[in-house]
Amino acid sequence: MAAGSTYTPIATTTLGSAQATVSFNSFSGYTDLILVVAGTVSTANNPTLRFNSDSGSNYSWRYLAGNGSSASTGGSANQTSILTGGLGTSTIGNIIYYINNYSNTTTNKTVINRHNRADDSVTAWVGLWRNTAAITTIDLGAGGGNWNTGSTFTLYGIQAA
Amino acid sequence: MIGAIVAGTLSAPTAPVTNSYESIATVTVGSGGSSSVSFSSIPSTFKHLQIRAIARASGPYTYDQTNMTFNSDNGSNYSWHQVNGNGSSVTANGGTSTTFIRIADETAANNNANCFGGMVIDILDYADTNKNKTARSLWGYDDNSTGTIGLRSGLWRSTSAVSSITLVCSNNWLQYSSFALYGVKG
Repeated sequence: MAAGSTYTPIATTTLGSAQATVSFNSFSGYTDLILVVAGTVSTANNPTLRFNSDSGSNYSWRYLAGNGSSASTGGSANQTSILTGGLGTSTIGNIIYYINNYSNTTTNKTVINRHNRADDSVTAWVGLWRNTAAITTIDLGAGGGNWNTGSTFTLYGIQAA
Repeated sequence: MIGAIVAGTLSAPTAPVTNSYESIATVTVGSGGSSSVSFSSIPSTFKHLQIRAIARASGPYTYDQTNMTFNSDNGSNYSWHQVNGNGSSVTANGGTSTTFIRIADETAANNNANCFGGMVIDILDYADTNKNKTARSLWGYDDNSTGTIGLRSGLWRSTSAVSSITLVCSNNWLQYSSFALYGVKG
């Protein structure tokens, strides 16, 4: 069996000022990407993912959620971005996105992610981008408002043998 | 692994510094499809294992199953539980004394072309000979009309170190499905 060290930090940032979107655009040479977020937003909402600056209605998503008293699920098709776990304005929430085989050019791209926000819920999401292009840019929007100062974002790359 | 982050900026990516997560082997399904994928001769030098995959199956359904066994044990020594949501209903169920861990589902032939499900499977303390073995997974698929996101756990009632893993599709995985095994050091 082949072997080699991987799970490489590609980029990390802690926001020094509020901004609506955090973008990554230099992450070639890996098999999978993992994006780890710990943050808050200016208006409680669901962060959004877009790839390759595609703002068309080429995304869909589903979620599973538990809020301490009940479980729920939902989803939507033909969206202009992938919706992900909701964040609040003060209590830090975490989202870990897994983008497997992001650079192949034969399959549409699927993102699975887990989210937790202690004052609200724990959720899991799946999102689809109906495009076989390799992902070359990731735009993570705050869901209408801004990412607050101090929010952190770290992108890792994993390379399969 | 998270603790190994080295601070940097988006405009100045950090240099690779981690050596606690290693790629062990990858299997990508060819044009003929495949009903199973195996990883054998897994070294016992890691603390945990992780399988990261994309998959699409051939069954004439909206989804197929990925079932997992260890060390070629096909006895009724496994159990599993899950919770999942398909956008309209939440399901929680499981199986006991099963011959496999139903560790994930993936999209299948009745779903839109080119859509593949994603899965991340963790097998914890796989080499510890004092414990039965547990696994967990996050998996999901969506094709813009149907889909499911789910969490699963599984148990293998054996204290043997895991030296081989077999993943079996309830039909066939289609071309471009890919399964990669990684080791996480302790």
